[in-house]
Amino acid sequence: MTKLETDLLDLLKEDCRLPLEKLAVMTGASMEEVAATIDGLEKRRVILRYAPMINWDLTDRERVEAMIEVRVTPQRDMGFDAIARRIYCFDEVKSVFLMSGSYDLLVLVEARTLKELAAFVSGKLSPLETVTGTATSFVLKRYKEEGVIFDTGDSDRRLVISP
Amino acid sequence: MNYDRFVNERIASVPPSGIRRFFDLASTMEDTISLGVGEPDFKTPYPIRSAAIDSIIDGETQYTANRGMPELRRAIADYLSSRYAVSYDPDQEILVTIGASEAIDLALRTLVSPGDEVLVPEPCYVSYAPGVIFAGGTPVGVETLEENDFRLTAEGLEKAVTPRTKALILPYPNNPTGGVMRREDLEAIARIIRKHDLFVISDEIYSELVYDGHTHVAFATIDGMYERTLTINGFSKSFAMTGWRVGYACGAREIVSVMNKIHQYAIMCAPRQGQVAALSALKTARENDYEEITRMRDSYDRRRRLMVSAFRAMGLHCFEPYGAFYAFPSVRSTGMTSEEFCARLLKEKHVAAVPGTAFGESGEGNIRCCYATALDKLNIALDRMAAFVKENS
Repeated sequence: MTKLETDLLDLLKEDCRLPLEKLAVMTGASMEEVAATIDGLEKRRVILRYAPMINWDLTDRERVEAMIEVRVTPQRDMGFDAIARRIYCFDEVKSVFLMSGSYDLLVLVEARTLKELAAFVSGKLSPLETVTGTATSFVLKRYKEEGVIFDTGDSDRRLVISP
Repeated sequence: MNYDRFVNERIASVPPSGIRRFFDLASTMEDTISLGVGEPDFKTPYPIRSAAIDSIIDGETQYTANRGMPELRRAIADYLSSRYAVSYDPDQEILVTIGASEAIDLALRTLVSPGDEVLVPEPCYVSYAPGVIFAGGTPVGVETLEENDFRLTAEGLEKAVTPRTKALILPYPNNPTGGVMRREDLEAIARIIRKHDLFVISDEIYSELVYDGHTHVAFATIDGMYERTLTINGFSKSFAMTGWRVGYACGAREIVSVMNKIHQYAIMCAPRQGQVAALSALKTARENDYEEITRMRDSYDRRRRLMVSAFRAMGLHCFEPYGAFYAFPSVRSTGMTSEEFCARLLKEKHVAAVPGTAFGESGEGNIRCCYATALDKLNIALDRMAAFVKENS
């Protein structure tokens, strides 16, 4: 990674709507260089997408989330990859991680209601052949995600004017 | 009752800080975005906060040694020698104070006798001249000019020297201009200092915040200046620790011991938790090769470029600031005075900036804008300012 790439990632992570001119000014590179570098990061799939971070609790959308610890039997030649792919194809699944420790996959699931979520676990996830066990924990409150504080905001406590 | 006769005349003669009026005005407005702050927008890094919490839980609640915790003084000595190649004896030559502010006050009270003159480059931080007056001396402003990149020049300095001159306050990297001094500039200053046998209070609180290839040179490292310099620094700006109030002064034991005499009677010691946090800051920085400082500096630098380029695009002449976290654009093209510009900007666009005159008369025509502000807010503030300048040109 070049310094320009790292700088651009830092800036876009904070605000992906920053226009090219400002990115160029802030990194000291030309607009052409910035555009080409971002293009490269996208092509290499370092940048996957530009999405806002939404606090759904402040919307009227009904939504439940759960983290499911999944134990699986790894498959010959495929290890955990094949089963992870089977799991992430479900629309309800937001994230899948292979974990070290007492279980194998951590699956983050989102559904509209508790009932829907329960149906997903019992009807779709658990019946998969290689899944040997699941433990579901519901998300009760979101405090911080991706470095952003959700519960109190991150207010500026500085004096408005100081010497 | 008339209290005037009870109040010390010398203190009464000093007007309250010019910043205060703006503070009162800005505080009453709801959606103000402030570029008037003088502190980082980062919180103190969590490991540092955590170290202070642990010390409270462990019951570390007592006074420390007057001069500061010995481990902290050793860490400060290590830091200054590894970062700026200047060595001090932690037992005799370092005093931990309540922010660099206390160190400046102690230095002035230690050095200044009635009638002494102290040279103060202007525009500069608001406390120097009042500090000189409180100590019984006379502050003598030495104007620094944009055409010299707001550097103090040997010629400018020498013109201000009189037989009563005792000391120079050297505040670089500079608040409010963002000016920095290169080694050759400091060497030129050193010749005048030696020639007129003066003492130097070098306020290097922004030493970690220099950009674009510039490096900070400690004045004490200039040939012949070590014994004539009191180096003042602290944790507020470099480690985002303003509210902890921990700074320090380093210099000849003969001077530091006199400062400590005032400090031990007036203050006793800097608060222990601040010292614990400061020690943790230096230890962590040493272990991770100053990673946090670099991260914060890189972030300021990007916003510095953004702000300077935005001012220039508005048609405001803006000197390229290479230090601290302020830009000091000229608003002369709008035909307004600094005060008028800031007052109207605040009232009409809800953006707070500090008029240059708060930093001395020579600040007329400029305003101080701090770029240590969250990027989204900074962008909004700059857009509002651009609209304001357009409407008024």
